Amino acid sequence: MILLEPELTGQTLYISGGVFDFAWLMLAAPAVGAAVLLLTGSFFDKRGHWISILAVLASFATALAIFVQFLIGGGGSYSVDYLNWITTPAWSVNIGLYIDQLSILFALLITGVGSVIHIYSVGYMAHDVRRRRFFAFLNLFVFAMLLLVLANDYLVLFVGWEGVGLSSYLLIGFWQHKPAAAAAAKKAFVMNRIGDLGLTMTVFTLLAFLGSSSFADVDAKIGTLSPQWITAVGLFLLLAACGKSAQFPLQAWLLDAMEGPTPVSALIHAATMVTAGVYLVVRSHTIFAVSEIATTAVVIVATVTIFIGAWIGCAKDDIKKVLAGSTMSQIGYMLLAAGIGPAGYAFAIFHLITHGFFKANMFLGAGSVMHATGDDVDMRHFGGLARFLPVTFATFAMGYLAIIGIPPLAGYFSKDHIIEAAFEHNLVVGSAALLGAGITAFYMTRLMMMTFFGARRWEPGVHPHESPKSMTIQLIILALFSVAIGVVMNGWIQGWLAPALGTEVHEIQWLPTPIGLITLLVVIVGVAAGVYLFRVRPVPVAQPQTKNPLVIAGRNDLFGDLANETLVVKPTMFAAQVANANDTVFIDGAIDGVAVGALKLSEIGRKLQSGRVRSYALATFVGAVFIGVITIIGQLG
Amino acid sequence: MGILEITAPTFEWLELSPLLTVLIGAVLGVVVEGLVPRAYRNLLQVAILVVTIFTAAGLLIVNWISARLGIFAMGALVLDGPAYVTWAAELLFGGLAILIFAERRAGQGASVFVAAAATVPGSKDERLANSIGREHTEVYSLALFSLSGMMVFAASNDLITMFIALEVMSLPLYLLSALARYRRLLSQEAALKYFLLGSFASAFFLFGIGLVYGFSGSLTLEGISSSITLSGTGRGLLLAGIVLLAVGLLFKIGAVPFQSWVPDVYTGAPTPVTGFMAIGVKFAAVMGLARVFFVALGGERWSWQPVLAVIAVLTMAVGAVLALTQTNIKRLLAYSAVSHAGFVLTAVVGANAFVPDGQINALGAISFYLIAYGFATVAAFGIVTLVRKGAGETLELGDWAGLGVREPVLAGAFAVALLSFAGIPLTAGFIGKWAVFSSAWSGGYAWLSIVGVGFSLIAAYLYLKVLVSMFFADPASSVSAVKPSLATWIPVIVGAIGSLVFGLFPGPLMDLLSHAEVFLR
Repeated sequence: MILLEPELTGQTLYISGGVFDFAWLMLAAPAVGAAVLLLTGSFFDKRGHWISILAVLASFATALAIFVQFLIGGGGSYSVDYLNWITTPAWSVNIGLYIDQLSILFALLITGVGSVIHIYSVGYMAHDVRRRRFFAFLNLFVFAMLLLVLANDYLVLFVGWEGVGLSSYLLIGFWQHKPAAAAAAKKAFVMNRIGDLGLTMTVFTLLAFLGSSSFADVDAKIGTLSPQWITAVGLFLLLAACGKSAQFPLQAWLLDAMEGPTPVSALIHAATMVTAGVYLVVRSHTIFAVSEIATTAVVIVATVTIFIGAWIGCAKDDIKKVLAGSTMSQIGYMLLAAGIGPAGYAFAIFHLITHGFFKANMFLGAGSVMHATGDDVDMRHFGGLARFLPVTFATFAMGYLAIIGIPPLAGYFSKDHIIEAAFEHNLVVGSAALLGAGITAFYMTRLMMMTFFGARRWEPGVHPHESPKSMTIQLIILALFSVAIGVVMNGWIQGWLAPALGTEVHEIQWLPTPIGLITLLVVIVGVAAGVYLFRVRPVPVAQPQTKNPLVIAGRNDLFGDLANETLVVKPTMFAAQVANANDTVFIDGAIDGVAVGALKLSEIGRKLQSGRVRSYALATFVGAVFIGVITIIGQLG
Repeated sequence: MGILEITAPTFEWLELSPLLTVLIGAVLGVVVEGLVPRAYRNLLQVAILVVTIFTAAGLLIVNWISARLGIFAMGALVLDGPAYVTWAAELLFGGLAILIFAERRAGQGASVFVAAAATVPGSKDERLANSIGREHTEVYSLALFSLSGMMVFAASNDLITMFIALEVMSLPLYLLSALARYRRLLSQEAALKYFLLGSFASAFFLFGIGLVYGFSGSLTLEGISSSITLSGTGRGLLLAGIVLLAVGLLFKIGAVPFQSWVPDVYTGAPTPVTGFMAIGVKFAAVMGLARVFFVALGGERWSWQPVLAVIAVLTMAVGAVLALTQTNIKRLLAYSAVSHAGFVLTAVVGANAFVPDGQINALGAISFYLIAYGFATVAAFGIVTLVRKGAGETLELGDWAGLGVREPVLAGAFAVALLSFAGIPLTAGFIGKWAVFSSAWSGGYAWLSIVGVGFSLIAAYLYLKVLVSMFFADPASSVSAVKPSLATWIPVIVGAIGSLVFGLFPGPLMDLLSHAEVFLR
């Protein structure tokens, strides 16, 4: 690797100086934090989490400074190469950063929500003996995620992509003594590998045909690629996005991932990492812009996932799994917007940001509920908690109102825009998005009713209590954002992202449009159904038996695991057994045969080493004759 | 006038100063032996050694930077890129190996050399010599003479100089081999075998010189080369000469079927001497062989390439396969040395001279391989001197079991050396193997590269066997490693670090070699 003079490439307004020269600090701080905590052993067991928090706050401050610089300074982008990583005669890859309005927004979300969740975890993980390690992994995640969104090259992005996969694996399986957690971590890792394949294929294709995998070069040269290959790259990118963002058909791992500690679910499996797929699609907008097949595929996958997620959300009794199903479904909305094209990009990111806040808010709220009930996650054991957990309830309610889209909370603006864009795109897609909003309202109402209202169905010995300040303050912060972020960003987001995405700014409606009114109506129907079924009618403590195939399918994650098992795992295992048999019998046989043969030869050969100098001399003489003979033979031929 | 005019010989003092420094150091050592009381000799000899090596190295670097290339000493010596590389390597590795001679803690205060070589083993005289603490401090001086021989051998421009260098290099080694403190009979037997077989091989070499002279009428490498291109008659004489020259040279590098002395001599000689031999002789001999075959016999490459290819295969095979059943660590390293001779020969066979800018040709690959081998060898033999059972070294592999638990640093350094020998990636040995095999490949001997890779797989087994025994077996009882002094630490650490650094960052060395890989004619 060769250190480069930091050299600016691409279009830029900021030649040097100012906060951009400190952009590397965003990545360096959490990286150093993770390294210190992991390498110093037990030295920081007691106080280590403060290092971790300091690191992520430093990162946040840097991101904020750069964001403000953008606000004051206006458009443009900043791309800098630090290091020459790989150079071959055909292509070379530099390690560098690319900062524009899109990536800095992500950096802010990651470090902002990240900071909140780091601080929340101090209380949440207070009694865990491996807390230092937990915070080290969190820092590692923040570093990898920032590398993912700030990289200026697909290959470097891939390093961050793998990094978040690794930290996700480590954190899902953080309670490694639980077999379920270990299995869930493994499942997430394996399923993500399939998505990773898509990204590696993307990089290979770009390097092979364009000679570069940097965003700048790809944007400039994508037109020279043949249409088939553009479509292939688009589908590869979609595969990658499906893996990381738990979209159909690679969605099954996200539900199991809830085995991880709740702050992890909030940060990684709700607010940030799972949205990486959306980032990837939006970042690659120049590729999708020229491939209709790929964008159509994105829209189909997104629409299917909206329903799968919502369906699962309706059927689960585990509070975190309901939220996980909801996450899938909401990411489906974002991907849908990204797939619609330039009209949707800004709304995809808008919904991604608002979702990041209200979903993190609700996950942390769920964590607070679990904290109060002895780590129970079954909503059938909750009920009537509103009085005992007032702060948790109030903040959760903000998140709830935001996600179902009650004006003027965050979700209303962001989701409404997507549904409108979907109707403009295609009537079927629009109707599906509309229906999805109704189901969302239904299952979220179900969650609220079963948890905070109704009869107290507590397990014996459970005495609910409000969580400590370090947790509730974070809830309040996130709740405030859930309320306000929509209004703040609604009129601004399109204009902000326009320079980065090359989109046009459309007129934004503040008041409900006809479609908006219909949406509101559908939502109210959903809420009413939820209230009727789970408030007016009593909730059984035991999960009721049912023959309704829809419910059974929902409870079983729509048989995603069964499908994986029969379609992928079993054939793979069979192939593995065949390969193993081949390995043992033929390959090992051959290798062992060679080894045994070599040893036998060795036994025979060492007898020639008699130790007698006369035989050595003879051997030398014979050797001389031998090479003389070869020489003569060589001359004849 | 009828009177024979004799012109005074010219001698380029400045250019040849590194060589002269080594010779002066050796002579000074002899003077010290004659004039200085016993008590001060050892210290003084070590001081002379260190000063000599550093002075010579300093002069060498100055000369190299000033690019003082050319044919010197009235045509006897040629200083070109490869010669500078060899001299530098000989000074570095030779210096490090000789430094191990000075280790005294390994023998409980005495050196590893015999107290009085002239006494009969097991006799009263021997016990007397031991009890009054006699020792042979001539070893430094002998080693420096041998070192000078190695330097001249690789830089000879004619066959007579080369023959003399061969003897200057070898004679002190015969003596040194006989000087082991423990297992003296074995050591003396080894020395005598080495001497007898070495003389035998020298005779072949000398006969070869005669025949080639008969063909070409010249002793200089350039002269032989030009007569090969010009003359079409008497090729039988030339071919016979080539065969006999090859026997002499292949004997020195320990190639099969001329390897039989290697295991016995490597095992019998005092371990530091074995280390010195293993790298010093091999480096000089391979470079000398390459010089003779590339420069003088380059026009006949179609005749000798197939021969050397067969020799290379045999050498790799015998070295790798026979090492498998060795239980003595020095014997194992001896066979490993044989197999390495085979690996490096593949690049000689390939003999590809012309490569794109920035890449290394056959000679560069050979140099890199030998440098990698040098680092690992210096470290390995340094460590072998340290592992003890009672008074003597323990060479039984079984006794090394579990060394990684007791001596993690030493075992770690040994592991690095072994991995480099085996050619595992991230070590210099890997880059070396890659260089020689790809060189053979691009020289048109693809099949030889493939065979080479196969044998390096087999060879890897034996190194891994030692590793597994060191790190994953229960510790053997009663075995310990002495705490070494700097005299051993420096070679061990330099060897291990060199093996790693040039595996991780081969670029600069490759770059250096790519500018020093053309023989001057």
